Amino acid sequence: MSTEIVAAASAEARAVTGAGPEARPMDLLRFATAGSVDDGKSTLIGRLLYDTKSLFTDQLAAVEAVSAARGDEYTNLALLTDGLRAEREQGITIDVAYRYFATPRRKFIIADTPGHTQYTRNMVTGASTADLALILVDARKGLVEQSRRHAFLCSLLRVPHLVLCVNKMDLVDWSQEVYERIADEFTAFAAKLDVPDLTVVPVSALRGDNIVTRSDNMQWYEGPSLLHHLERVHIASDRNLVDVRFPVQYVIRPQSTTVTDYRGYAGQVASGVLKPGDEVMVLPSGFTSRIAAVETADGPVPEAFPPMSVTVRLADEIDISRGDLICRPNNAPAVAQDIEAMVCWMDETAPLRVGGRYAIKHTTRSARAIVRGLHYRLDINSLHRDESADELRLNEIGRVRLRTTVPLLADEYRRNRTTGGFVIIDEATNRTVGAAMIVEAT
Amino acid sequence: MTTPAAYQVSHLDALEAESIFVMREVVAEMERPVMLFSGGKDSIVMLRLAQKAFAPANVPFPVMHVDTGHNFPEVLEYRDQRVAELGLQLVVASVPEALASGMVRESGDGMRNRIQTPVLLDAVEKHRFDALFGGARRDEEKARAKERVFSFRDEFGQWDPKNQRPELWSLYNGRHHPGESIRVFPLSNWTELDVWHYIARERIPLPSIYYAHEREVIERDGMFYAVNEFFRPRAGEERFKAQVRYRTVGDASCTAAVRSEADTVEKVIEEVAATRITERGATRGDDRVSEAAMEDRKREGYF
Repeated sequence: MSTEIVAAASAEARAVTGAGPEARPMDLLRFATAGSVDDGKSTLIGRLLYDTKSLFTDQLAAVEAVSAARGDEYTNLALLTDGLRAEREQGITIDVAYRYFATPRRKFIIADTPGHTQYTRNMVTGASTADLALILVDARKGLVEQSRRHAFLCSLLRVPHLVLCVNKMDLVDWSQEVYERIADEFTAFAAKLDVPDLTVVPVSALRGDNIVTRSDNMQWYEGPSLLHHLERVHIASDRNLVDVRFPVQYVIRPQSTTVTDYRGYAGQVASGVLKPGDEVMVLPSGFTSRIAAVETADGPVPEAFPPMSVTVRLADEIDISRGDLICRPNNAPAVAQDIEAMVCWMDETAPLRVGGRYAIKHTTRSARAIVRGLHYRLDINSLHRDESADELRLNEIGRVRLRTTVPLLADEYRRNRTTGGFVIIDEATNRTVGAAMIVEAT
Repeated sequence: MTTPAAYQVSHLDALEAESIFVMREVVAEMERPVMLFSGGKDSIVMLRLAQKAFAPANVPFPVMHVDTGHNFPEVLEYRDQRVAELGLQLVVASVPEALASGMVRESGDGMRNRIQTPVLLDAVEKHRFDALFGGARRDEEKARAKERVFSFRDEFGQWDPKNQRPELWSLYNGRHHPGESIRVFPLSNWTELDVWHYIARERIPLPSIYYAHEREVIERDGMFYAVNEFFRPRAGEERFKAQVRYRTVGDASCTAAVRSEADTVEKVIEEVAATRITERGATRGDDRVSEAAMEDRKREGYF
């Protein structure tokens, strides 16, 4: 048999991939959904996947067969995302599932978080990387405790865009009045939360109204369909292009006879724009230098910005290693060992306690920390602060003061989601036990 | 001056940047990483990303092939050529050798999917690898949709889906005790179509069986199996010639081809974009065993 290798090279390849001169390249939007099956979340996701041809006939057939075997009265689309045996046996969603679909404009990554068990832990995880969060309410029920909790967590995690889908509009006779009452109530609640961008869409996920195309049943609604909004919501300016933050991940020094004296600092741009010639400062040392080149494997680039992974070379030889950070001399993060942070506790085996010692991972830097104080525990339903609390249990959130063994190169989380967040790790079990968002670093 | 609107990256660039970040994290934090390399398209893309992540230095870890002995010759040749080009160290974890030594026994159905797991775990232990890059994607299969990018495995290589570490922002927790390890999936967020778009954009050569060719096949359960030394037709199964290509490349005894006229990367992209069946559903006999076939194998230490 022939063993030739077919080269994929061809002139048309670039045109096909959408990188041709006339094609607008697809970008990437990550969004998180949460809610319970009762709100129709699985139906909504199933509908988005199906209508964008991202749901395959064998997947659908498998779900139909299982639904029928269990005696479900309708095809249970939740089975599409309930990938684990235990989930299907118990009829619950345990863990975050990731789903993918694309339109010619955008690729979408859905972090589908369950509504019941471990709600907060999963929602916080899904929201941490999301550009947008989708909250579903049942039009017949209006806002429930969970909708408010959900909105609060999105604002805590600084998800830049929020979409409220008022679902099951078919069951309230497509009533504008019902929609507006819910939209007004939610808008008023969101105003207290510092939500930068809120869109409310009346939909029927089951019937497909206002999902992909505008609904004929709700002529009174003048906004976009859900998919239209997801495709066009402007996310480019959500990135922080002002504060140069480049955490050094790895030092590239080829041990080679052909490439000699090469020293490059590899990393992913957290924020800001880096250009050759820029004056930079390296933390924690405080040494300054100039950017000699910004490189990728495909050659040098004129500038680097988030989320590019690049290699930065400096004009001067200074001692830099993993965990250091490159910034600008006049715009630097705090070099701080005393950290005030909102912490979401994620461990069921042991609570966070004042005096507890943990490992932490912040950007590319690892350290140890001791919990010096717990100011309060937050009731995420009432937003009431309980100052008498002395520990945080699974899924509880509170404001914590920590002291770290080495300085963190930190920004406030509200200013920078990359240099403002860290995870807390139990050194005995190695489990990730907490997520922290920095409020103040000194 | 550039306007902020210009500071955008395409979805392929965003995926590439994320995968490179993941690989650099592993090399910076783990002691003995290794990359699974089968000569399949996902591992080929993964290896290209590794080249990019560490350029101009060489890829700083060995590659490993879990060889079931049921190989497509084109793929084996591709593997060896690639490894030689990049000057990589290749570790072969051989199922035939494990059979010969009595470490594993052939299963009744002749499929070697299940018995490759102990062979893999044995090689991991022997070489003391603590991080294993795999090319698995979350869009492939519903159990994989729940997998972390850094997936913790105990000393038996087992995956505990109900006890996974939360993964926030881009902070990956690779801490482990001696004997435990981390499976790392840099292509977690890629889809089959993304992989093909990237192959086209980067002009990455692939083994020829990924493109349409004529082959002698039989049809079983709606899938087209090539007749070769590892795959024998049953009584009544008729051999015929058909224009086919492989959407996935696995063990030659249980990987099926699809009917296809797509003999170039552009045509494959068109075909993949239009298909209504998942790649594993169309081509893998081993996933059809039960609703949870993949989850069960993963719990035992499979990728």
